[in-house]
Amino acid sequence: MNTSNYASSPPASPIPIDGFRWGRLLGSLFLVIALFFPLLEKNPSHQNLAILMLMAAQLGVAWNIIGGYAGQVSLGQVAFYGLGAYTSTLLFTRLGINPWLAIPAGGLVAAALSVLIGWSCFRLKGHYFAMATIAVAEIIQIVFTNWEYAGAAVGLNLPMEEGWKTLIFSSKEPYYYLALALLLLTLAVNWAIERSFLGYYFRAIKDEPDAACSLGVNLRRYKLFAFAISSFFTALGGSLYAQKELYIDPGSVLHTGLSIKMALVAILGGVGTLFGPLFGAAILTVIEEGSRILFGGSGRGTDLIIYAALIVLIAVYYPNGVIGWLRSFIGRRKAMRRSLANGEA
Amino acid sequence: MSGEILFQTLVSGLLIGLIYALVAVGLTLIFGVMDIVNFSHGEFLMFGMYSGFWLYAMFHLDPVYTLPLTAIFLFGVGVLVYRFVISRIIDASMLSQIFTTFGLMILFRGIAQFFWKPDFRTVDSSVVSGNVNLLGVQVGLPQLVAGIGAILVTAGIVLFLTRTRAGAALEATAADKEAARLMGIDTQRMFALAWGLGAACAGVAGGLLSTFFPIFPEVGANFILIAFVVVNLGGFGSVLGALCAGVLVGVIEVMGGFLLGPQYKLAIVLALFLAVLMFRPQGLMGKA
Repeated sequence: MNTSNYASSPPASPIPIDGFRWGRLLGSLFLVIALFFPLLEKNPSHQNLAILMLMAAQLGVAWNIIGGYAGQVSLGQVAFYGLGAYTSTLLFTRLGINPWLAIPAGGLVAAALSVLIGWSCFRLKGHYFAMATIAVAEIIQIVFTNWEYAGAAVGLNLPMEEGWKTLIFSSKEPYYYLALALLLLTLAVNWAIERSFLGYYFRAIKDEPDAACSLGVNLRRYKLFAFAISSFFTALGGSLYAQKELYIDPGSVLHTGLSIKMALVAILGGVGTLFGPLFGAAILTVIEEGSRILFGGSGRGTDLIIYAALIVLIAVYYPNGVIGWLRSFIGRRKAMRRSLANGEA
Repeated sequence: MSGEILFQTLVSGLLIGLIYALVAVGLTLIFGVMDIVNFSHGEFLMFGMYSGFWLYAMFHLDPVYTLPLTAIFLFGVGVLVYRFVISRIIDASMLSQIFTTFGLMILFRGIAQFFWKPDFRTVDSSVVSGNVNLLGVQVGLPQLVAGIGAILVTAGIVLFLTRTRAGAALEATAADKEAARLMGIDTQRMFALAWGLGAACAGVAGGLLSTFFPIFPEVGANFILIAFVVVNLGGFGSVLGALCAGVLVGVIEVMGGFLLGPQYKLAIVLALFLAVLMFRPQGLMGKA
């Protein structure tokens, strides 16, 4: 098996015409519902579920930039998530720097680390790169667990100073809109990449690295670029988590499972697709929270079993995710229509 | 640091390294034959530990004596996992392979938690307990037996691969699936065999560990990362590489923990792993 060709490529025509129309319709529908959701649904726990979905989707979109478009399977994105959360929280609580500045600073720190990692690891192919990223994330987790200034294993608390100036709130609505804004921003950047020459380069790196290289594409530079953007937005997601929960520790923002979840969101929805992670996040959050609420109380791991069984089933039977499934569905319907039309003629 | 302590640390690193090697041999067998990284490998080890524990708790059979049973049991688990899950993703993308075995990992942990609760369990009075004096060094008997057992099983795997027809067929499949199939080798069977053997290696390692290591559903997490490092250092698919790298990692881990504090043991091993990858991306013994 050719290890560089890690994902089965999507159908040759990128977006079927009527699929595109459907995509626009669904996209605008999503936006309208998303904008008005907190006004219609006042139940805080339902609002929280929606926030979790938006945050998961944002992380999936960010993962997609490096893992989906550029095809470098990073399973250590939690390092950047945690670094973002810790940087912004430390700057805010220890040095009194306003979160509006501290949060982008966290993103920049994460992006800088990703450049450092990428610079040394992008020589590695397939499994090797994936495992190197896991190793980096584990090392960072161990460092933060033992670093007194950063709260070590006890973690860090954010003060309850409410307001838009500190980005801390007692109600859910502001967090909802922050999460939505961050998701839309990440999607916009992803969309811009997809449309620009970068998108072509990323896809070339993923599908035909040797050909791209021989045509003079500086593989490493563009991989680094994809990694830095992806890590920057992953870090912003981590900072948002810290602002929302007002408490972080290595177990919550540097947990290995979280790296996998970010990738899973993208895979469930459709690797390397713009809106795929939205579907992935919705499905995964419902499965996770649903099985936790229904079966989590037993303390016997029933929720884990259901969650895991679904992951396995989806990975085995629907490896192209929701978007891949939709594409093949639309493709089949079109083919059927065409054959019907031919039959009549 | 006095010479005696140094020697003591070396020996204990060597012994745990042999266990790491055995876990990694199983992982590298599966990878070598199928190009699939098994994220649920630590859970095979966990099942091996529980197998040792339950045979002990229910029938008062010592985990050391029940190793063959544990091996057979885990061989069966490996073959079943292959037949029902892995055989469906042989030609799938690397991503869906990663996520399938990752899902299996969570699934197995969930199953263990469901049936055996998340408690820590220990085998209190195994036939192997206490210390023995080895060349002037105090060594725990369970660790010594585990180390020796791990060498024997690894040697057995090497002999199987090099001296038997089935082993040669397995190696042929690892080298070139298509050519092996054309030569009349039932590659499906070989894949199942690789999974069976791989799981059995991890299971035996678990059985050996169960005499001195706490047993709980997430125990595999401690070992899978190390196994990845060992397999990478030894070169994917290389059994002898895994053995040497396992011992190396064990010694470095124990020495590093001794010098810098035990909380940094894993970080040291991982940092070393990254450093080696920088200079030899194919591992210490892998072919370029």
